[in-house]
Amino acid sequence: MFDRRDLLRGAGLAAITAALNSTKALALDTVTLPFANGERPLVKYPQKRPLIGLTSRPPQLETPFAVFNDGPITPNNAFFVRYHLSDLPYNLDPDKFTLEVKGKVDKPLKLSLKDIRKMKASEIVAVNQCSGNSRGFSDPRVAGGQLANGAMGNARWRGVPLKAVLEMAGVQGGAKQVTFNGMDGPVSDKTPDFVKALDIDHATDGEVMLAYGMNGEDLPFLNGFPLRLIVPGYYGTYWVKHLNEITVVDNVYDGFWMKSAYRIPDTPNNAVEPGTAPKATIPINRFTIRSFITSVNDGAKLKAGGTTLRGIAFDGGKGIKEVAVSTDGGKSWTSATLGKDLGKYSFREWKLPVKLAAGSYELKVRATGNGGETQPDTPRWNPAGYLRNVVETVRVTVA
Amino acid sequence: MQRTVLLAITLAFAGVVGSALAAPVNYKTPDEVAAFKPGPNLEVVQGNCSACHSADYINTQPPMKDKKGFWQAEVTKMIKVYGAPIDDADVGKIVDYLAATY
Repeated sequence: MFDRRDLLRGAGLAAITAALNSTKALALDTVTLPFANGERPLVKYPQKRPLIGLTSRPPQLETPFAVFNDGPITPNNAFFVRYHLSDLPYNLDPDKFTLEVKGKVDKPLKLSLKDIRKMKASEIVAVNQCSGNSRGFSDPRVAGGQLANGAMGNARWRGVPLKAVLEMAGVQGGAKQVTFNGMDGPVSDKTPDFVKALDIDHATDGEVMLAYGMNGEDLPFLNGFPLRLIVPGYYGTYWVKHLNEITVVDNVYDGFWMKSAYRIPDTPNNAVEPGTAPKATIPINRFTIRSFITSVNDGAKLKAGGTTLRGIAFDGGKGIKEVAVSTDGGKSWTSATLGKDLGKYSFREWKLPVKLAAGSYELKVRATGNGGETQPDTPRWNPAGYLRNVVETVRVTVA
Repeated sequence: MQRTVLLAITLAFAGVVGSALAAPVNYKTPDEVAAFKPGPNLEVVQGNCSACHSADYINTQPPMKDKKGFWQAEVTKMIKVYGAPIDDADVGKIVDYLAATY
């Protein structure tokens, strides 16, 4: 099943051989992420190209940053993977898959994948970014998955609006939130199952989607096959994978993964003094605005003369208004040319031709959103290492 | 002749699609290679921590100034929050191993 697309392309035998061999550990190489204890293996999983291995059980894979220079859409086989709990539905049968919709609804539903695919489809290009993306850069360091900047990706998602499914079920008056549970779960029944919640107004906004398609193909298994929640502009923690249970509730859901985990300080910029604890917290929600230079690596050596800097920017859903680039460490800024607009939740490409004479340079990039939000010069800090969006700096020498 | 070939191709294609849709995923992850570093009470650590996650969860944590405090907090979180069934007698041994080894 997992190599069905390869089979259809006629690479049947090779794909089957690769799939069988893939159970052998393939230590391809290692990469060193730019923070202390940043050495990681490059690992090859079925349906994936070699990715940066963070953990193996449950699987967590980071996208090598160079991928983001290849275009605004992140290929399925390069898309990052993040799980919380180790009991994955490795043997799920798509023909027997059922999505249950229950709770405060007039008509509880049990929908097969076929039922869902028969409904009117919609598409949206949206960034998914792990809440812990870039956590390894937190200073002081904090516990958790130690990721560089590769736990993000941008895809064209295809599915049905959650709103349409909830309308079929008939949401009852007094409904406050909708909870989402996937087929993956804990190995111990003492461990809280991974369940997330959205307010009813958000769940029925018409943008939140149940997706079965990703960039014109089925979802890869590790990205939530056969159905996952898409919450445009929101951190990946809400994008529940292998989604099979939707419950409308008349209270604010208080399960562990909402009430205790994935919380940010309830302060104006959701930050606290480094090393301190917040007095009050709220659930993590929309992305902070970010931008990256993708065409030049930190520490690169360039030839003197003209070169075109390129990169990406995104935010929590207002859309990118401007990307400015500095080649003098932030003293002066020039507006870059924005690439094609794929929608307000998508990566937005940018480029800027620059001329660099021999010397050392600090290249910086800063995005501004349509809502006026921009990136800070110094990193915000919080105990879980969330929301990083400091202006990124790439140091190069030109000769 | 041509019709036979076409029919064969159609059947083959239907076979691939049909079996693909009917088959369970049967996704195979690579073997787990990450291992705990040698240290005191290694068996206690392997026996307790490996039940829920691979060793790389520990190996990849950042080097902290207060190692004992950091790892004590992590072990406490595993017990209190995630319900890890760790004997009281083992807690100190696990924290000592982690603080001394990572």
